[in-house]
Formats: sequence, C-alpha cells, structure tokens
Amino acid sequence: MQPDIRFLDAGDGAIVIEFGSGIDPAINARVLALDATLNQAKILGVVETVPTYRSLMVQVDPLVFDAPAFEGQIRDLLAGMDVTAVHGRRWRVPVVYGGAFGIDLHDVAERHKMTPTQIIDRHAGSVYRVYMIGFMPGYTYLGGLDPAIATPRRLDPRPKTPAGTISIGGIQALVAGCEMPSGWHLLGRTPVRTFLADRDPAVLFAPGDEIVFEPVDASRWDALDARAAARESVAEVIAP
Amino acid sequence: MTALIVERCGPSTTVQDNGRFGWQRFGLGPAGAMDRLALAEANLLVGNGAGDAAIELALVGAQMRVVGGSVRIARAGARCSLKIDGHAIAPLLSTVAHDGQAIEIDTAQGGIFIYLAVAGLTLEPQLGSVATHVRSNIGGIDGRPLRAGDRLAAANASSNDDWSADARLALDYAPGPIRVMLGPQDDYFSAEGLATFLGSAYTITPQSDRMGMRLTGPKIAHNAKGYNIVSDGIATGSIQVPGMGEPLVLLADRQTTGGYPKIATVITADLGRLAQMPPGSQISFAVVARADAVAAMRAQQVRLATFASSVGPVAASDLSSERLLGLNLIEGGSIEA
Repeated sequence: MQPDIRFLDAGDGAIVIEFGSGIDPAINARVLALDATLNQAKILGVVETVPTYRSLMVQVDPLVFDAPAFEGQIRDLLAGMDVTAVHGRRWRVPVVYGGAFGIDLHDVAERHKMTPTQIIDRHAGSVYRVYMIGFMPGYTYLGGLDPAIATPRRLDPRPKTPAGTISIGGIQALVAGCEMPSGWHLLGRTPVRTFLADRDPAVLFAPGDEIVFEPVDASRWDALDARAAARESVAEVIAP
Repeated sequence: MTALIVERCGPSTTVQDNGRFGWQRFGLGPAGAMDRLALAEANLLVGNGAGDAAIELALVGAQMRVVGGSVRIARAGARCSLKIDGHAIAPLLSTVAHDGQAIEIDTAQGGIFIYLAVAGLTLEPQLGSVATHVRSNIGGIDGRPLRAGDRLAAANASSNDDWSADARLALDYAPGPIRVMLGPQDDYFSAEGLATFLGSAYTITPQSDRMGMRLTGPKIAHNAKGYNIVSDGIATGSIQVPGMGEPLVLLADRQTTGGYPKIATVITADLGRLAQMPPGSQISFAVVARADAVAAMRAQQVRLATFASSVGPVAASDLSSERLLGLNLIEGGSIEA
C-alpha cells in the first residue's frame, strides 16, 4: 500500500507532489526516489523538478503539459518505484564556533541553561542528514539536530549573514551557501564553499548525504579559508 | 567588435533572458525578465529570438554608446522616451544606431520595466543562461547589475532600414483583477481568510523588487494549522502569507524553497502585468481554473507569434497589416492578452 500522496497546484507552471508534512527520512527517501524516477521517465512538458524535505515540485511548460494525465502517470511511476533509501557520502565539515564566527552561541547557551561548550558538543555530536538544497544556492538543510538545543527562530531576522554560516532554526540545522538575511541562530561558520558556479559539481552536498561537524580553533580559520578560496576542498569525505 | 558601452544606468539595470532552468534543485532560482512578454516584444522587433538576452531597466533610464559598428535596437515594456543622438525613436520601431552615437532612455512611465533589445547581444552564459541573479552573483556581467564602463558585444547591423510591427498586436495589458490559481497551501487558511484575500484590495508597497512584491491590506487569517510549514518548493507567482497576514508575491529572483504557507499562485499570463505595476497601485485577485490559465497563456503566445510575423521594414508594414487583419478574422477575433 502506498501511503497517500497529494497533488497541489502551484499555479499553471508547477505541481507539488506532497508525501507528508513532517521531517522524516522515510518520506524524504520517497521524494528523492520519485525525483530520480520522474527525471528518467521524460514526461512531456516537465521542465525541472525540485525535491524538498517532504514534497517534489514539478515545474512544467503549461502549453505542452498534459495536466489531466499527470496524476495517473505519477501513480504508475510510484507503483513501480523502488524506494531504497539514497545512501550518500558522509562528510566532515570544519566549523569555527562562537565569537565573531557564531554570534548567537552565548545567547543560545543561556536560553538552554548550558555553557557554550555544551552547545558546541551537542551541535557537533550529531550525524546530520542532508534533506534538501534550497532557498538560495548551496543552502544545505539538515535534520538530526539534538532536540535539547532546538531553538525557535529569532523574531528579528538579521539583514546580513555571511556565506558558510552554521545555524539552527527550530529543529533544523543549516549550512548557508551565500550571504543572505536570516532569522536563524548563528553558532559558527565553515570555510567550506557549498556552492561555486564554476566548480564541477557546483553544489558540494546532495540530499541523502550525511554531515558531521568538526570544531576547529579560530586560529585555523585564515589558513582553511585561504585553502577553500584556492578551490581546495576543506570538507572531507569520511565514508562513501 | 561591435559593442555598446554603458555610460550611465540605474542601480537595477540587468541583463535578462527567459530564465535559467534546471538549477532550482541546487537553490538557484530561474531569474529572467520580470515581464517576459515585453522582453519577447523588444527582441522580436530586432530579429532576436523571443527569449534571448536583452537589457532590463527598472524605472531609471540609461545612456549607452555604440562602438565599432552599427547596432539594431528597439525597446518595449514600460513607456519611455528612446533617443539616438537626441533624435526620438517611436515605440514599436526597430532602428539602427551607428558607431559613436549615444542611445538614451528616459525614466519609465506608467510601468516599471523597460527592455532594450539589441540584435545579436552576446554574453557568455553561466549555468546555461545569461539571466542575472544578483543575490547569487550569477549571470550577466560578473553576476551584478550593469554599471558605467560595461561593454556589451552585439552583432553588426546587416541593414539600415527601420522595422516596425502591427501596432494592433502590441502588448497592451488590460486592467482587472490579477488572476490566480489557489494553492499549494490554501488549506492553511480559514474560510474567512480566503474570503479576505479574494474580496479585498491590496496595495503594492515600495518594499518590492525582482525577488518579491510586498502587499499591504486586510490581514489574511490562517487556520488552526498555523503559519509554519516544513519548507517546500516555491513557484514564480506564489503568494506567501507569513504570520502577520500580509501577502508577498514571489517573483523572478525568488528563493527556491520557503516555510510559509502559499495561499495562491499568480497565473503565468498575469506575471508581467503584475510586475509592471508601480508601488501604490491597488490590486485584487480572482481565482481561475488551470484550463483558463493555460488558455490565457496560449492566447498571448498566439498573439506574440502573429506580432513576430508582422515585423518588417516600415514601408511594407501596411501590407502585412492587411494580411494580419485577415488572420484576425479567421481566428474569430479571439486574440487577446
């Protein structure tokens, strides 16, 4: 039995196929499996697909897309689909926590009545799963945050947060791909470039990958950042 | 090498085409022209493909100089004056500017986006498109807006005659509500909230740009499910309603995913018309079915194709009008924006 899915209109140019409403590796695995299957199926009028935590947005050319037939086509694909969980690579990502690199570390520690070191230990003590790349280039959305340090988003978003920011918002964790406003709590920063337009692949992490954070001393930032700027990889694959 | 040199321009002057597709899965939105029909009209007037690269000017005018040859240019979109060495060029006219001449565009009137098409405008595509997405630093020239001193390569004009098109087929946005399809998260709003959204006038605020258009007006009530969703995909035109209840229409430079419920999505046929409305404009929304949205888009494309076939040297344009009038009758006069 297929758990029920929903087809949601996002205008004439897109349809969202929703598998659930929560953050769940099994739901995300189905999203990624349909994404791969759909892109192989080459359905007329499909322009591109956008896999997220719990749904797949299918962008279409309204003039050639056969909307009435689509739901049946997708249900046929789902019936024959093999949902083996995508098993990605495991990455070790260096992070300088606190200070100018993570200006909210102390505040988050106070909220949870912990020391900054305890927050770092808990944040760097989890194995995270990459659920989606979204928002802006290279923004890597993670699940697996220790619920003990989950922190509701700030009421006043900051107008500018740097690329490489390591932050948490609610139960989600994030590696930021470029400078953007953010309402999340900034715990640290990584020199890793998650997105470089002229690199192949342009985006480093993929949904299904795993990430562990390695706390590094602020004194190592300049050297690591210089290596990253010279297109050297400072994120290390530690398991296939 | 024939080129245009930018001598002055507004802060939001960018190179745009029909957008960049295939990168949303990596967080990079499509960008592209805010008013694709106007982009198409300008491009078709100079003999380019409808979705080719052109220069998008937001409200503020610009001055450019031709070097190393002659270039064919035309503009479309918001009304504006276009002059070559001080000589005014009529709308819907495609004309050639020669080596050393200055091309001058004035402030947009009654709209926001002006498209200056240049025959054979050539830039190196980045990730499959030249569309500039400033926030990602991608496309155009070094991923940024144009500025004085920039050089844009173009084709040397192959003829000197003026071209025009059938004025009756030119883009002319009709007034009326902005048409939307409900969803994807209309089920996050109370019946009262939906009634507010569809029954109220909203004013476009100055906090609007290529990324989104912020509206102010009656607050839209969510239902008991609240105003946070686990982030999912965003389509161009989707109308996000955050906790404070005022809608935000997401446009060409939008983010690819978001965590606020989207009550409805503006249909493709109305995106350009909406984008051209200046801050202070009042808008209302009307729900249509997918079939109506597609029919409206198809009608625009038919009209655009007919417009394209009417482009030709000015002397011959009357003849082509006769022919097109016949075509109009065959279509039963159903060609409309």
